Amino acid sequence: MEKVLIAMSGGVDSSVAAYLMKQQGCECVGVTMRLFGNDDIGVSREKSCCSLDDVQDARSVAAKLAIPYYVFNFTGDFKAQVIDRFTSAYACGQTPNPCIDCNRYLKFERLYERAQLMGCDAVVTGHYARIGQENGRWVLKKALDASKDQSYVLYSLTQEQLAHTRLPLGEFEKADTRRIAEEMGFFNARKPDSQDICFVPDGDYAAFIERTTGKTYPAGNFVDEQGNILGRHRGIIHYTIGQRRGLGIAAETPLYVKRIDPEKNEVVLCRDEALYSCALTAKELNWMAFDTPPERFRASAKIRYRHTEQPCTVTTLPGGRVAVEFDEPQRAATPGQAVVFYSGDTVLGGGVIE
Amino acid sequence: MTIYADNAATTKMSPAAIKTMTYAMEEVYGNPSSLHTVGQKANEALQNARATCARLLNCDPKEIYFTSGGSEADNQAIRSAALMGAKKGKKHIISTAFEHHAVLHTLKKLDQEGFEVQLLDVGPLGTITAQQVADAIREDTCLVTIMYANNEIGSILPIAQIGAVCKEKGVLFHTDAVQAAGHLHIDVQAEHIDMLSLSAHKFHGPKGVGLLYARRGVILTSLIEGGAQERGKRAGTENVPGIMSMATAFEEACAHIDENTKKVSALRDKLIAGLSKIPHSALNGDPVNRLPGNVSFCFEGIEGESLLLLLDEKGICASSGSACTSGSLDPSHVLLAIGRAHEVAHGSLRLSLCEWNTEEEIDRILEAVPEVVARLRDMSPVWQELLSGRRQFIL
Repeated sequence: MEKVLIAMSGGVDSSVAAYLMKQQGCECVGVTMRLFGNDDIGVSREKSCCSLDDVQDARSVAAKLAIPYYVFNFTGDFKAQVIDRFTSAYACGQTPNPCIDCNRYLKFERLYERAQLMGCDAVVTGHYARIGQENGRWVLKKALDASKDQSYVLYSLTQEQLAHTRLPLGEFEKADTRRIAEEMGFFNARKPDSQDICFVPDGDYAAFIERTTGKTYPAGNFVDEQGNILGRHRGIIHYTIGQRRGLGIAAETPLYVKRIDPEKNEVVLCRDEALYSCALTAKELNWMAFDTPPERFRASAKIRYRHTEQPCTVTTLPGGRVAVEFDEPQRAATPGQAVVFYSGDTVLGGGVIE
Repeated sequence: MTIYADNAATTKMSPAAIKTMTYAMEEVYGNPSSLHTVGQKANEALQNARATCARLLNCDPKEIYFTSGGSEADNQAIRSAALMGAKKGKKHIISTAFEHHAVLHTLKKLDQEGFEVQLLDVGPLGTITAQQVADAIREDTCLVTIMYANNEIGSILPIAQIGAVCKEKGVLFHTDAVQAAGHLHIDVQAEHIDMLSLSAHKFHGPKGVGLLYARRGVILTSLIEGGAQERGKRAGTENVPGIMSMATAFEEACAHIDENTKKVSALRDKLIAGLSKIPHSALNGDPVNRLPGNVSFCFEGIEGESLLLLLDEKGICASSGSACTSGSLDPSHVLLAIGRAHEVAHGSLRLSLCEWNTEEEIDRILEAVPEVVARLRDMSPVWQELLSGRRQFIL
């Protein structure tokens, strides 16, 4: 019998994932990762993905399924691998995606280590994506329910990690998941999907960064692309590429954040049309579909979580980087976010936008 | 077969305590505040339990206040002393860096409220001297609160000497005796203790019940307002079955302290001797003045949490530190307070024994722990770095 470790957040998806593995006859162990305490994020919070309430929710689902359940304390790793990366990326004028780091370093690295320790063959999560084998390689594919597809945040999985990961919800619609949860009497069947970044439950990233780093980010100038001063900004961490609201600048046509220059402490603004570009480069690539990518290939690429992938040509560059040339200009490619390449439903790989 | 070696977290109830509790639930169901016979019977049982606890601590029954456990008693004792002090303009409180969170977090709140909290250094052995307390006491000191014995590393502190210093200087002295009660002889008068907290479930009594001893003259502040129970200092209908059962368990434990100490400390010493053979390990806490059941080690190069998981798979229930923090565990504040480096403090193991543990169980633990530690070290990248010399051993 296969023994699996189920990452249970207390939410609907991972609860149903646990149920499905049990149904398949696996020997299941449920686990919730404690990722941060109030002290780490500097607030007392009620709602977030690993609050104590959620631990209780996960525990009661595990009890209902009669599977052993543990809480692992990964607060130190989470701070080092996720929160610190998040705050330092913002300080460099980038917009990171901490969920990707959490998957990479916590769920599929630390948790997988623990799984091995406990004699488990695989880590199970409630992500909506599918894992399969093609031509002797493990591949990741989009979920059948395109509206829930989460393959974007899983692009960093290695071949070994893919081989030891199970995503039982990949063929499910969210509605099916909720139905199962209700049938099973999981009290959390109607719990809303988690939104936003779990460790910044109020969504105020700037305040979070100032609180946790103890640093302040000084006000500076808004400038246009020619360097003309347009006004004062409140500190670079308050802005992300493509942002329009909250700039406090009166102009004839709406202005957007085009670029953030941490060295000059400037935020460069432009009109909407200037946000579009066909080209980007990316670093820290992980390839799923091949060991080494072809020098040049066609793909479609997604540059943020809620983006429909767009046709492009990918050219490999020295130093493990790539240049991406989209067929049509794309709006607001953002340094720090991931670009993920697809061929149809299959994830080819991905990296971090420079 | 499960081996339960986490008696500092909580204990299994004794048959006698269970018997009292079920008897109370069946027969003594009245409300002690009621006028009628059934209520009076409950009241009488309550007063008997109070008298028993008072006798065991060598105080007057009127000095015993039943609470929901050790944490509540700690909170109430410290809050009360702080309020008494504040009225006289005294806002300096002395404690130690390795108290239980029920004490430390209350002190942190008071610090935010304008009190000055001084935490004494507990040194590498995890203890303090009465001299340290004497040196720290000032004109405006309103409270000294120092635990009787540490829950994680087992050090027993020189309470009688500290009590004498406090008495001489006229400062209130509270001790959190949650780990000591029922395991060590306590005499609040001889040891000059003004306030003492204890909890029933650490000596084979039920959970959710404890008591605060407060010497006559200490003005207690209510944490819970309502009826006039516990002489107006703790509202809410009394937990009669819990209190009666606590008294039974306390009496039983105190009656057997000497024989239990002899038996349990022999098991403890065997365990310590065996675990000390694991290379790059260290015993935490005072090796001499030590709770009979406490064994606390750090093993370099491994994570305590993984160690516990694998021991659990082998049927051994242990802990990495205090159960109250393992849901949220940063490296234990106790291990950091005795100067253990972060990376070493993470690899901690606490085994806490009671008189029901057996020699065979100790043998099984001594087989399992070295095996699990070796396995974890084999897998640990940190251990590989230590072996290759890229990182220096600390232990």
